[in-house]
Order: sequence, then C-alpha cells, then structure tokens
Amino acid sequence: MDYLLTEEQKMIKELAHKIAEEKIRPVAAKYDLTEEFPWEVMKVAGESDMFGLFIPEEYGGMGVNVLNLCLATEEFSRACGGIAVCYAASALGTFPIVLFGNDQQKKKYLPDLAKGKKIAAFGLTEPEAGSDAASIKTTAVKKGDYYILNGMKHFITNGGDAETYTVVAMTDKNKGARGASAFIVEKGTPGFTFGKKEEKLGIRASSTRELIFNDCKVPAANLLAKEGMGFIVTMKTFDMSRPGVAAQALGIAQGAMECAAKYARQRVQFGKPISSFQGIQWMLADMATEVEAARALVYACARAIDAGCKDVGKDSAMAKLFASDVAMKVSTDAIQILGGYGYMKDYPAEKYMRDAKITQIYEGTNQIQRNIIGLQLIKDMAK
Amino acid sequence: MNIIVCIKQVPETTEVRINPETNTLIRDGVKSIINPFDMYAIEEAVRLKERFGGKISVVTMGPPQAECALREAISMGADDGVLVCDRAFAGSDTWATSYTLAGAIRKMGAFDLIICGKQASDGDTAQVGPGIATHLDIPQVTYVKKIEEAGEKSMRVERMQEEGFEIIETPLPALITVVKEINEPRIPSLKGMMRAKSAKITMLGQKELNLDTTKIGLCGSPTQVVKIFTPPQRQGGQMLQGETAEVAKQLVGLIKDEVN
Repeated sequence: MDYLLTEEQKMIKELAHKIAEEKIRPVAAKYDLTEEFPWEVMKVAGESDMFGLFIPEEYGGMGVNVLNLCLATEEFSRACGGIAVCYAASALGTFPIVLFGNDQQKKKYLPDLAKGKKIAAFGLTEPEAGSDAASIKTTAVKKGDYYILNGMKHFITNGGDAETYTVVAMTDKNKGARGASAFIVEKGTPGFTFGKKEEKLGIRASSTRELIFNDCKVPAANLLAKEGMGFIVTMKTFDMSRPGVAAQALGIAQGAMECAAKYARQRVQFGKPISSFQGIQWMLADMATEVEAARALVYACARAIDAGCKDVGKDSAMAKLFASDVAMKVSTDAIQILGGYGYMKDYPAEKYMRDAKITQIYEGTNQIQRNIIGLQLIKDMAK
Repeated sequence: MNIIVCIKQVPETTEVRINPETNTLIRDGVKSIINPFDMYAIEEAVRLKERFGGKISVVTMGPPQAECALREAISMGADDGVLVCDRAFAGSDTWATSYTLAGAIRKMGAFDLIICGKQASDGDTAQVGPGIATHLDIPQVTYVKKIEEAGEKSMRVERMQEEGFEIIETPLPALITVVKEINEPRIPSLKGMMRAKSAKITMLGQKELNLDTTKIGLCGSPTQVVKIFTPPQRQGGQMLQGETAEVAKQLVGLIKDEVN
C-alpha cells in the first residue's frame, strides 16, 4: 500500500532498511543470545543521523517528527525488535527534554543525544508502580541548589547503558499525582547506581536494569518544567512515544510474516512448496492484511501527532494496542507455518514471537490502552 | 588533499548474464549497485578527507543511470560527481575506458590522489585503474591494504601480496587501487543522502573532452570478445613425493613421456 510518504520519509525508510539489513540482521541472533548491549549498531545509527529524528534541528537533530521515528523503528524491528528498542527507548528518554526542557537544558543534553554519542532512558516504573504510575515512591527533596533523590526504579530500558536519564520522583507526596516532578539525571551522579540486570524472554539485546538513588544529589537546574509537572511530562512523553512502540510491534509483525512467507516458498512437502497450499496461503493472507491494517493505524496516528492534533491519546492507544496484538498473533502464526523448525532457534521465527510479547505489555499494558480508549469513547458519547 | 575516486556501476549479482550475440553484459532487470570494491575506495577517500581536509570528486563512465552511483558516493561523503557519458564511448574495453577516464580527469583539474577499487565485480579485469595511471603518466600502486602516511608530496602504503605485504612510498600525485582489507565502508548519513539528492553532477561527453576518436568506444578498443564461457574445472594434478633428487628424476621422466 502506498502511504504517500514524502521524499525525505522515503529516504529515512530506505536508510533505516539498509542499516537493518546490513548491520542489524547479521548480529540479531548474537545479541539475543549474549544479552550484550549492541553498541556497534547504536554507533552506526548515530553516524547515520537516526537519533536526530526526534530532536529539533537547532539542537543538532533532523527535526522532531513522530512518523519519521516510526519509520526508522519499524525498519529496525523487522530485523531485531531488541536492538530497535535500544534506539526507541532513547527517544522515550529524550522526549521529556525536547518537550519540557528549557533552552539551557536542551543545549546541554540534546546535541550529544542527536548524534547518538549518548543514549537516553526514561525512569518511571517502580516495583509497586507499574500501570498505577501515580503510586511511585521515589522522592526528591529540595536542599539548596540540589534535589536529593531517594528510591528505586526498575525495568528501566537502557538502564546502565544510557548516559542521560529522565526520572520521575515525588516532590510532594501529599499531592498525589500532582506532587510528582521530572528530573534529568546523569550517569555518574553521586548516589546514583544500578541494580539488577533483568534476564528477559525477548528483546534481549536491550538492557533492563534497576536504577538506585541513595541520597543522589541532582542539581536543581535539572528539574524539567516545574515542580508538580512530573505526570504531565510523563503523559505528554507517552503521547509522543507510544506510536514508536506500535511501530516496533509493526516491524516485528512484518519481519515474522516475511520469514514465514519466505520459508513457505522453500519448504517442499507432498512434492510441492507449502506456499501452494490454500491453508498456508490463507494464513499468509490474514497476516499480510493485519500487518497492513496495523501500519495504516500507526502511520495515521503518527501523522495526527505531527500535525499537532489535540487529544491523540485514544488514537495512539489504539495504534499501540492493535499493532502489538497483531505482532503477537502474526509471530505465533509464523511459527506455525514453519512447523517444527519454527520452534527451533536455528530459524528466526521463535525470536519474533518472544520479542512480540513485550509490546503488549510495556508503555502501558494493552488492558490500560483499552481503558484509555473506552473512557475516551464514553466521554465523547456524553458530549 | 584533493582526491578523485573512480567508480563503476555494476549489476547486483555474481551471476552476470551475457548477451550471446554481442558478448556484452545484460543490464536489464538487474538492480545496479556501486562495484563493491569501489566502496572501499570511496570510504578511504572520505577517511583521508576527514584527516587532512580537501575535496573528493567521484567520477564514473557509464550510461545516464550511473548518476545514481555518483549520488550514493556523495551521500557517503564525496563532494561532487562527474558522469562521463556519451554514445561515442559505448562498447569501450578497459584500454579505451581508461583512456577516456584519463581524459575526463585531466579536464577535472589538479588532484593529489586517484583511488580505484582493485577490480570490478562484473568484468574482474583489474585493468582500468592501472590504465588510467598509465595514460596520465603518474605512479601507481595496486592492491593497497593500508595507507600508512600521507604527506603533501608523497605517501607510504602497504601493498598486499599473496603472502605478506610490501611497503611502498610513492610521490604524489599518484593512483592507488585498494583491496577490501583497507577499511569497512560506512552507511551513508541522512544528511549526506539529502545533500546527495540535490548535488550537482557534471556531465562530460566527447564534445567536452574532445578525445582522439580512434581511441574511444568500440572502435578504439583493441580487445575483441570472441567467446565467453565457463572454463571446465581443472582436474587434480599428480603429486610427486620423496627426496628432491628422486622427485626431479621422476619429473624429467614424466615430461619425456609426455613429449613422446
């Protein structure tokens, strides 16, 4: 389907495709096995200006454009959902600075992030604050020119490998969600250390660690926006980044479908390639249709955000929900088409399924996405 | 340092199809890419420019669509491109091609270094680079695997041998051909691709170059391709073993038998 991309967008897709095929696909299985951080790929992505896609031009980027970010993430994910998320999570960690940073903060942090010299991460989730993000316990107490952070974040993507963290902590516990604030915390800040590195089912090239704050002294100049704006920063960030997760799911689905279609043409049973059997063709047809529908939703949502449309929360929730459910279904069916071989690590099908699962969970579980969609629907009806 | 990189657009396949009547390459239906060996030449030029500054011009001789190859080279860091293109140049062999490219390079102005890939993946002759150096009457070093030092007047390089390497110092301007061991070509940057899209490509034809018409195109090509075929696989030879004197004796006997 032709999505009428601009010349620049076609170029981004082409370049991301080249990086995916030449630099990501050959190393995907290696990083899936070793769980090491794919620095070599991040370096290439940086030199190719891919990290500039979510950063304004005046700070060394290529201009903030959610569709461009989605195109790059989709292409990377076709080759490896794990490596792609290292990239996309840097966008997640960078958006709070792009959206709410003052000029000084932007000048200090964005140029290095735009070149991929440094990677970013976003620290919100805590052991007891997942979907219920308002119940975070990490605190930030102002003392002179500093905020003193205490507490712990977990499941933080790029944790330990990122240099620049945006962290949400409570500056006023009594105010609930309105008592949260967002800070930029640099790796190496006294009192900021890393805890356990998680062993994961999928997206194993990406690192997931605990962030530990023990009387961590963060300069007051690193507060984003104002005290109490923490959840607004978070929600606005998720509005920008959620299509990226949808694009990751979309890329995984596309990759899994291509893997299955390629195999079906080669695999001969009963004297014929299995792609000549209607049963297989119908499965592939459903996969292709669902992937295309997901793509249409993801691109439409990204375009709405780029056009400055208000109230995109429902749209981006739909894109993330649908694309990730498609990724799970398509990657499961891909294994089915590969049969016994699909279950084995010699073929990439099983990795697509393992990588797909997380897209239904993180950046708001699909149940939370349904809450968002449902509530908005009822609100709209009541108007 | 002003560098000229010579590149060739080739079909993206190792199974080249040949037109049996004309004995020339069939280009239809095959995606064209920059000759893989030329990618190392482009990359090395960009690395030299990053170290010493200067300018990189890429030149190719080919049909109009070879412009894409020039733009790709610009996206990797070259500054401008020259497309040597004219029906009068069609059917050139390696001699006529190197003569024509040398003519174009003269027209392009002063340079310090010309870099070529060691050979093209379609023709595999490895003759055009050395041919250009010969026509321009400048020193050449083939199969370069490392540039050790580059000064204003000379450069020192490592030239790959079957076993080990030679260290050669050459005055500049010179021409080198490079092997894949020299570097790992980069992926273009988005900014580079955008620059490449609008970069100016200079077209040079026979009108601009005014070359000796007896030395260009099919008529100027002494090579005549009579037949193209895959040679039969060589049979395994006979190994002689034992003391040197004994083996020599056996060998002489075998040769005698063969002659008789």
